[in-house]
Amino acid sequence: MDPAAMSPPAVALLDVAAGALLLTAVLVVWRRDLPTILRIFTAHGIALGALVGVLAWAQRSVELGLVAVGVLAVRGGLLPWLLRRALARVGPARREPRPVVGVAASLLAVAALVMLAFAVAVPVVELGGSAATRAVPVAVAVVLIGLLVLVTRRHTISQLVGFLLVDNGITAAGFLTTAGIGLVVEVGVALDVLLVVLVLQVLAGRIRDTFGEVDLGELRELRDR
Amino acid sequence: MTTTLPVAALAFAPIAVPALTAAGCAVAGRRTAGAAGVVCALAMLAAAVGLGARVVGSGPVEVAGLRVDALSAFMLVVIGAVATIVAVATPAHVATEVAAGRLAPRTARRQGVLVHAFLAAMTLAVLAADLGVLWVAVEATTIVTAFLVGQGRTRGSVEAAWKYVVICSTGIALALLGLVLLNHAAAHARPGADGPGLDWAALVAAAPALDPGVTRIAVVLLLLGFGAKAGLAPLHAWLPDAHSQAPAPVSALMSGVLLAVSFSAILRVKVIADAALGAGFARALLLGAALASLTVAASLLLAQRDYKRMLAYSSIEHMGLLALGAGIGGVAATAAVLLHLLGHGLVKSAAFLGAGRVAQLTGTSRIDRVRGLVATQPGLAAAFGLAVLALLGLPPFSLFASELAIVRAGLGDAVGWAVVVALVLVVVIGAAMLRHTGRMLLGPAPDGPGAATAPRRLPGGTALALAGGLVVAAALGVTAGPLTDLITQATQTLSGAP
Repeated sequence: MDPAAMSPPAVALLDVAAGALLLTAVLVVWRRDLPTILRIFTAHGIALGALVGVLAWAQRSVELGLVAVGVLAVRGGLLPWLLRRALARVGPARREPRPVVGVAASLLAVAALVMLAFAVAVPVVELGGSAATRAVPVAVAVVLIGLLVLVTRRHTISQLVGFLLVDNGITAAGFLTTAGIGLVVEVGVALDVLLVVLVLQVLAGRIRDTFGEVDLGELRELRDR
Repeated sequence: MTTTLPVAALAFAPIAVPALTAAGCAVAGRRTAGAAGVVCALAMLAAAVGLGARVVGSGPVEVAGLRVDALSAFMLVVIGAVATIVAVATPAHVATEVAAGRLAPRTARRQGVLVHAFLAAMTLAVLAADLGVLWVAVEATTIVTAFLVGQGRTRGSVEAAWKYVVICSTGIALALLGLVLLNHAAAHARPGADGPGLDWAALVAAAPALDPGVTRIAVVLLLLGFGAKAGLAPLHAWLPDAHSQAPAPVSALMSGVLLAVSFSAILRVKVIADAALGAGFARALLLGAALASLTVAASLLLAQRDYKRMLAYSSIEHMGLLALGAGIGGVAATAAVLLHLLGHGLVKSAAFLGAGRVAQLTGTSRIDRVRGLVATQPGLAAAFGLAVLALLGLPPFSLFASELAIVRAGLGDAVGWAVVVALVLVVVIGAAMLRHTGRMLLGPAPDGPGAATAPRRLPGGTALALAGGLVVAAALGVTAGPLTDLITQATQTLSGAP
């Protein structure tokens, strides 16, 4: 079925889901308290699952509905659970240490990134023309916000959240542009992401063991001079 | 064209053999695993030669999601050749590490498993018909090599592993976003009909119909993403840390295979970009990445204090030269780029294996703590010195021929200024590396036993690997021999011909 012919309630629901996706990403930047960040991140994953669910409902596709359940389980359940476990393991620090960039400046940067996302995604929106592709800039904004979290946060768990925000944004872009990129590739991508998170979780434990803390600003062993 | 069963088996062999060897390494003893590694690498090389002959004779082979064209066959030769050099030198390296107590037998076993899993992922990456599968395979190498980089469990290696995984996974995630957008453009290429999806050959055929606006964003993201794995600036920061912290055989494989395979992905993206957007777009991006990489390499090599990091920055330099050649484009420069990929793999793996041996003998990776290697270790010093000279692009090694061809193609072109800038940077890099290496090799031998942790005699396997890599690279500098046809056809593949 042509996704361009979405019914008005479906479009409204899609906008709500996309809005929730962007809002939760912004909230991650706003907060510095790690358990709260992980709760927001869980909501972010659920919003992504809901987004795919709305697309499935709009297209009356059982197949895509099953994929939505899978996305919800992995992004809203499994990955946040892994992060909570990783946080429990890396020790008592529960707050992001002195951020590289202050919260106010970060939020201003987020505003700039969202505008940038809407600007660069113009050709994508024009090519698709459906309600779903009109939400692609939101997905691009989530990717950019994830990159911002990745480069400005110093706690291992915060960097993991940043990496996963990038990934959630790309997944959202994938579902919003077309109905996906082939089953083999999608399963491969999901598996890769899961394994990267597991690898990083183990490495975060080793950083804690060898450096005695989880502040990545302390990683200064390897330099050229 | 119908594909017969033996050809299909041949196409799957480069993936299946290392995958089975990885499983075997999990249960085999150290000695058996070492021998299996050599057999595996030789089998991969043989399959590569067989597929190359078949492709040159009767065109690309397509079977069950794999597509062997001249470029994939050539990349299989690169992987097989570097894997053979590394496999021959690995048993001696591992034995010395275990004897010195730096490597637990369990970790040594895991290293065997992960190295072969890495090779299987790399061959899948060059054989996959679908760009999405290529992406999954390249990302999988990050996962399997993470614990190889972090194997030492020292502060340095844990830090290197973290940076490696974060930068490479994020970089390659950008490539995934690029693929999503490319898929979006492909789906709208021919209204009503089924799009080409992410199948590379179909995408190249459909490229003129792709939406230029979306394709432009996709190409930028794909070049950034695969450029991160290829060690091109601006996402190169993981490379010196990872290459200096990983065990020497792993550094050799990462430099000779991982960077080369990631770069071949860039070459494939460029074909699509050229057909969809004209030659100017990818050229500008590649030239920018080339000059940035060469600048980074030159500035950080000048005052370099660690010889493994010196070799790592030299890899960034050579990736920059490859990007320069790819940016220049055309038949001569593209053929030179392919020859350079092979030559760099052979020589750099020899250099890293030699450096690993130096580190085992002296117990340090600091340049200023290694003195008079010529006096104490003439064979090793000669091999390491020759490898560095080859990396500087001196004849008779093939890097001289390929660099010369890239420069000649570029000087006769509109981008002559970029070639001149690159040449100045290459001269700076050459002077810096020559000075550092000279300090290590020449001068009087240090007094006393030093921090030697290994027997003084150069093990036969290491000697064979170093000599083999250098001799083949020198022979390639004289003539590409039977590879000429394969390189010619791969160049045609890269100019968009089927």
